[in-house]
Amino acid sequence: MSEAVVQHQVEERVSPGAVHAGRFRRLVDSDLFYSFRRSRITMVAAAVTLAFFLLAIFASVLAVQNPFDPAQLQLMNSRISPLWTADGQSPFLLGTDEQGRDVLSAILYGLRISLVVGILGVIFSGALGILLGLTAGYVGGAVDGLIMRIADVQLSFPAILIALLINGIAKSVFGNRLDEMSMLGVLVLAIGLSFWVQYARTVRGSVMVEKNKDYVAAAQLIGLPAPVIMLRHVLPNTMGPILVIATINLALAIITEATLSFLGSGMPETMPSLGTLIRIGNNYLFAGEWWIVAFPGLALAVLILSINLLGDWLRDALNPKLR
Amino acid sequence: MLAFALRRAIQAIGVMIAVGIIAFSMFRFAGDPVSQMVSLDTTNAERAAIRQSLGLDDPVVVQFGRYIANAAQFKFGVSYQFRLPVSKLLTERMPATLELAICATIFALVCGILMGVYSALRRDTWLAHAFQAISLIGISLPTFLIGILLIYLFSVTLGWLPSFGRGDVVHIGWWTTGLLTLSGLKALIMPSITLGLFQMTLIMRLVRAEMLEVMRTDYIRFARARGLTTRAIHFGHALRNTLIPVITVVGLQFGSVIAFAIITETVFQWPGMGLLFVQAVQNVDIPIMAAYLMMVSLIFVTINFVVDILYTIVDPRLRSTVSRAH
Repeated sequence: MSEAVVQHQVEERVSPGAVHAGRFRRLVDSDLFYSFRRSRITMVAAAVTLAFFLLAIFASVLAVQNPFDPAQLQLMNSRISPLWTADGQSPFLLGTDEQGRDVLSAILYGLRISLVVGILGVIFSGALGILLGLTAGYVGGAVDGLIMRIADVQLSFPAILIALLINGIAKSVFGNRLDEMSMLGVLVLAIGLSFWVQYARTVRGSVMVEKNKDYVAAAQLIGLPAPVIMLRHVLPNTMGPILVIATINLALAIITEATLSFLGSGMPETMPSLGTLIRIGNNYLFAGEWWIVAFPGLALAVLILSINLLGDWLRDALNPKLR
Repeated sequence: MLAFALRRAIQAIGVMIAVGIIAFSMFRFAGDPVSQMVSLDTTNAERAAIRQSLGLDDPVVVQFGRYIANAAQFKFGVSYQFRLPVSKLLTERMPATLELAICATIFALVCGILMGVYSALRRDTWLAHAFQAISLIGISLPTFLIGILLIYLFSVTLGWLPSFGRGDVVHIGWWTTGLLTLSGLKALIMPSITLGLFQMTLIMRLVRAEMLEVMRTDYIRFARARGLTTRAIHFGHALRNTLIPVITVVGLQFGSVIAFAIITETVFQWPGMGLLFVQAVQNVDIPIMAAYLMMVSLIFVTINFVVDILYTIVDPRLRSTVSRAH
């Protein structure tokens, strides 16, 4: 905490360019970066995660075709097996599906959807959880009791069940035929409402500790309004655990989205995520066309595994008891 | 003790009423129930008659009271897609789900405990490291991918096991079981493994951690000093003491197993409640969704309540802290 205050003062005096250099130095010198360099598995996981993000960002450049554009799909090219097998054809590295869609291109675009839904879901659930946790911890009393009771009840139900229910309700309110973008919104909503509890509990716990400290009393004395104290002063001191939860929840959010899409309640086939691709590919498993399901599945598994490894490392690295 | 049990019971009922309100509002406000039941050429007069017969013109509070009263008698209305009473559909499919959930739990218990004990006692062997790796993969791989992988291996490639359904079932009263036929047993293997794998990793980690903890205690050292055999120490003393938390976790997780069966049942087209629920979500069949929500909540609340009460009976220390805390 005191470090952050010092940093704040330093920043005000030095020029913007020097701030960036200083920040970089500070990052390289930090304990976190040291523990990062010590763990080879973490470095590999970080590299793989970064690679996945880059692949998703540059999907439109890297893919040999746009799998959403029917004009680019040719039925002549359907059901081609991967390039290294006997029937492989260039440029379809990982083969094509029933509609002549290049599997690799579909994965790249699907990865983009999966990551967007996952990240937006984490942001939404984080914002909701932090807001409710801050309120519960700072205000206390009946408000606290109500929020935490809801959290308790919700925590005993699996997130996937809640997400499915919210999905079903949204469908019946907005009608069964939602377009792709609103389906994406519904998924983000469902994931956000399923995963806010952990943030709220953690933030509330930290706030209960922090709010009795002198700096909060000082902020109250100079007449700052409660929302400002909560957001500007208390919240930054609770960020460590939130970062850990957010990382692990990113993996959970991606799994949840993939599961919903696999169950047929997620992204439609016109704008498939990795989960949708797996659902489509699953239908061709018995015809021997294993590559349509295997590669999206592999991509999903590796992505989740690397994010989980990153999250595990972050949890240990930020926990002072384990140092 | 009685006061504690009563307070818990009131809390449990409170939760069920909250779930009831959610289920009722889904049924009443998410879409119009009448428009789901009629065809396009139904006249307005007929619609009004249906509305009247469903009691949708009554005050909302009266409707809610009636909904709860019906739900308490397991009357959940009529399914929009099947035109059959929801309770009939659910009871038809409940044995399949329960059988699957129980088999998955047994699989998870047996394998999880064995792997956990082994990796605690022989910590640095390659097999123990392999178990750790499996547990990491078990947590990272989504359930449906494990299912697809098993189907590809054992159904498509090897042709040993059926990839969907329950096989032949035997009717015992209203209950149907696949445990008494060969094809039923074969059909159970892959879904049980798929559903139980996550619980297995959970149990394995728990048993490993508990065993390591227990092996450091004084009574284990004393048992050694008495000259007991290693086997008696490991299994008679150490393992027995790790089993209480394991049984608690398994009990508390049983509700989750039933809920997670949704995914497994979809992969293997297992004719249980989960598959029914997924189809209901896809087809916006609100009565089934609401009924499933109520049923699963009831299972969760009951298990939590029973575990809470059992805990205070088994562990007197907890009783005293509970009464002091309030």
